[in-house]
Amino acid sequence: MEQTHSQLRKPDAQPNEWAVRLHHATRATREDWLGKAISYLCIGVIILVVASMLWFITSKGIATFTQNHVSLGKFLTGTNWAPDQGQIGALPMIVGSFAVTFAAALVATPFAVGTAIFMTEISPNRGRKLLQPVIELLVGIPSVVYGFIGLAVVVPFMRHLVGGSGFGIISATFVLFVMVLPTITSMTVDSLRSVPRYYKEASLALGATRWQTVSRVILRSATPGILTAVIFGMARAFGEALAVQMVIGNAAIMPKNLISPASTLTSQLTSGIGDTIDGTLPNNALWSLALILLLMSLVFNALVRIIAKRGQLKHER
Amino acid sequence: MNAKRKDFLATIMINLIVAVVVGILVFLLAYILISGLPHVSWSFLTGTTDAFSGAGGIGVQLFNSFYLLVLTMVISIPISLGAGIYLAEYAKDNWRTSLIRSAIEVLSSLPSVVVGLFGFLLFVVQFKIGFSVISGAIALTFFNLPLLTRNIEESLSAVSRSQREAGLSLGLSKWKTEIGIILPVALPGIVTGVVLSAGRVFGEAAALIYTAGQSAPVTNFADWNPMDAASPLNPLRPAETLAVHIWKVNTEGLASNAAQLSAAASAVLIIAVLIFNLGARVLGMYLYRRVTASNK
Amino acid sequence: MLKQYSFDKTAVQSFAANTPLALRTEDLQVFYGANHAMHDADLAFPKNQITALIGASGSGKSTYLRSLNRMNDGIATVTGKIWYHGVDINEPDVNIYEIRRHIGMVFQRPNPFAKSIRENIVYALRANGIKRKAELNERVEQSLRGAALWDEVKDNLDKSALSLSGGQQQRLCIARSIAMAPDVLLLDEPCSALDPISTVKVEETLLELQKKYSIVIVTHNMQQASRISSQCAFFHLGHVMEYAPTTTMFSNPQIPVTQDYVAGSFG
Repeated sequence: MEQTHSQLRKPDAQPNEWAVRLHHATRATREDWLGKAISYLCIGVIILVVASMLWFITSKGIATFTQNHVSLGKFLTGTNWAPDQGQIGALPMIVGSFAVTFAAALVATPFAVGTAIFMTEISPNRGRKLLQPVIELLVGIPSVVYGFIGLAVVVPFMRHLVGGSGFGIISATFVLFVMVLPTITSMTVDSLRSVPRYYKEASLALGATRWQTVSRVILRSATPGILTAVIFGMARAFGEALAVQMVIGNAAIMPKNLISPASTLTSQLTSGIGDTIDGTLPNNALWSLALILLLMSLVFNALVRIIAKRGQLKHER
Repeated sequence: MNAKRKDFLATIMINLIVAVVVGILVFLLAYILISGLPHVSWSFLTGTTDAFSGAGGIGVQLFNSFYLLVLTMVISIPISLGAGIYLAEYAKDNWRTSLIRSAIEVLSSLPSVVVGLFGFLLFVVQFKIGFSVISGAIALTFFNLPLLTRNIEESLSAVSRSQREAGLSLGLSKWKTEIGIILPVALPGIVTGVVLSAGRVFGEAAALIYTAGQSAPVTNFADWNPMDAASPLNPLRPAETLAVHIWKVNTEGLASNAAQLSAAASAVLIIAVLIFNLGARVLGMYLYRRVTASNK
Repeated sequence: MLKQYSFDKTAVQSFAANTPLALRTEDLQVFYGANHAMHDADLAFPKNQITALIGASGSGKSTYLRSLNRMNDGIATVTGKIWYHGVDINEPDVNIYEIRRHIGMVFQRPNPFAKSIRENIVYALRANGIKRKAELNERVEQSLRGAALWDEVKDNLDKSALSLSGGQQQRLCIARSIAMAPDVLLLDEPCSALDPISTVKVEETLLELQKKYSIVIVTHNMQQASRISSQCAFFHLGHVMEYAPTTTMFSNPQIPVTQDYVAGSFG
């Protein structure tokens, strides 16, 4: 072996010249070190932001229970929200948030799926050239604009139709429906497009009609994707603050019907947080509402993951 | 026979649904533009707001929106670039990486009002910086980081492995390969994502109400020294943006022509978003053609 | 059914003690996770010669080649020794970037950078600290001449490299490698994506280049191996079965598996 080594040396080289040369740190190794440091630092910043966000909001949110000794049960089931009098019942806002979210998703889903079927199966050409850009544009419209239209059009319309102030769950539902429609539609379109072409061709070749093919083959195999789209839409609706706050009326009372002023977690937060003093019960109570929002967003996140995992298993089988 | 009838009915239903959806969309855009545009004038775009009633022009707010946007991008692009490179190049396929990805997912799915409240807690309550441009820009950065990071990672990962191998086989470091070889190829996708996210940032209001604040003190547009209190560039002054202004006018405004004002401001906002949208497409396509330039 | 061959009977040549060698491996093993992709490969590559690695796809020849300049780092586990100028370059503390500068590589699919022809060549040079314009220009011309591409592109050096034909792109990749002034050039099926005329051009280029460089080329094309190589190693299912001078390999293979492969009655 020693012999072979000496063969590999250049005659004029010092015995370990190459060993030194090949072990020496160069510009490339320094660059790599620097690059690693920079990118680790950047990802570290993001992790730090997420961690401190979860930490701060959680610790603020549980102060109501740990410092002010409000019972969790009373907080979740109480219907009387008057923090300055020590009444911390968050149920009206919780009900309000879930009501507008489910109602908006319920109304929006058939419209979104119908539009998506049109864009992918009935008129793909017009779908791609006309509807797609418009829907992408709508996803980008700021929520205050939706809120303004709700205030300028929907609320007066409801007032005209059923009387009262026009503010309430139904107005909020309608505004949210229009807001989540583009989100759900564009994600549903993606999941319909990802259904393999040969599924459709096989079904049509067996003599099935277009509707049979769509309803029994395409929609069925795209179900996980559509569900994910709906959950994304619901997460957007649940977390939407300003558009809802502008049309729901912001009365922290149990909603008795769909057309009287009510409030949601977000609307109560936006209107209240600036008027309370840090560290007091009314302020802590609001942070507890924020904590519910945070937890719900984690739940939506987990749901999306579970569906994705289920969908994968189905495909593997 | 039955199946055929069903097919026919279903097709009619779907066409109806699409008609309703298109109707809503057209109405939305038409309403804003028709009710808003007539009130948009040069003096509206550059004028100042009456602090008490909220009436008047939107000059300061428009400037604030752009200033916040620029600051946000200046902070968030480098961070998400580094994080995107980490995910595309350095992250191994293990539990730590999937934890990092989950954290980014969580950040991107948080409601913007929660992000805004966190910013409020951190900058206004803890650090006592007060409602300011810089608080707002950092809150918007939190909101922008996950999307931008994911976009950059996806654009980088979409570049063929063979390009990476080419760089590495020449003795270039991983970092140099990523920055000098891969990044230029991924640029069209990244730029499209950045411009689209700019549109989102431009229209965001919930994250700003309690960070950048709800007041737009009149600034001296002749004074460009960021250290001066009256300078528009001063990062410590409160800065109500256009989107926040629309919300404010509608909920607390005392202006008699609130509806007109907000219609006009909404129209301006929509047009800005439209420009960002189109800009993203055009710029992305232009860069794509340059990068893959086969003819010239 | 694939015919079964014994891995015990191999015929690997060794070289006379005074043969100058460019590179030598000892007990080289490659694992992709639990998959043992390469079993103790002991091969030596003489200086200024072309050595061809042949074998069916999946035989491990590309895996072996990519280990030689540490391109498998982070992808596979490589054990054993790789001797280069008396240094085992498979050690973890070796500067892999320095190794790759000395041991260049050209890949199966042409992979020029999305930059101009000139920039393709000078980018890595500049990263290595060569800044003088005159020197860069000289290297561009030299390497393009070396890869027999100069006459075709000398008036269009600022054109995008992606506008070149596949064969031209592959020769640009060769030029890009030799511009770094390596000792050894590794080529991984460089002609498999090219048409016959481009293939001939690349082969002519390689024959010319062996005067200055030691070349190891993976090919699935036996005619190509016999046209250009001096030594030839036959790989089968992750084992080196036979290594001999090319003329011997094709006229008088020693063991059954090589005989069948060369005769075309394989598997």
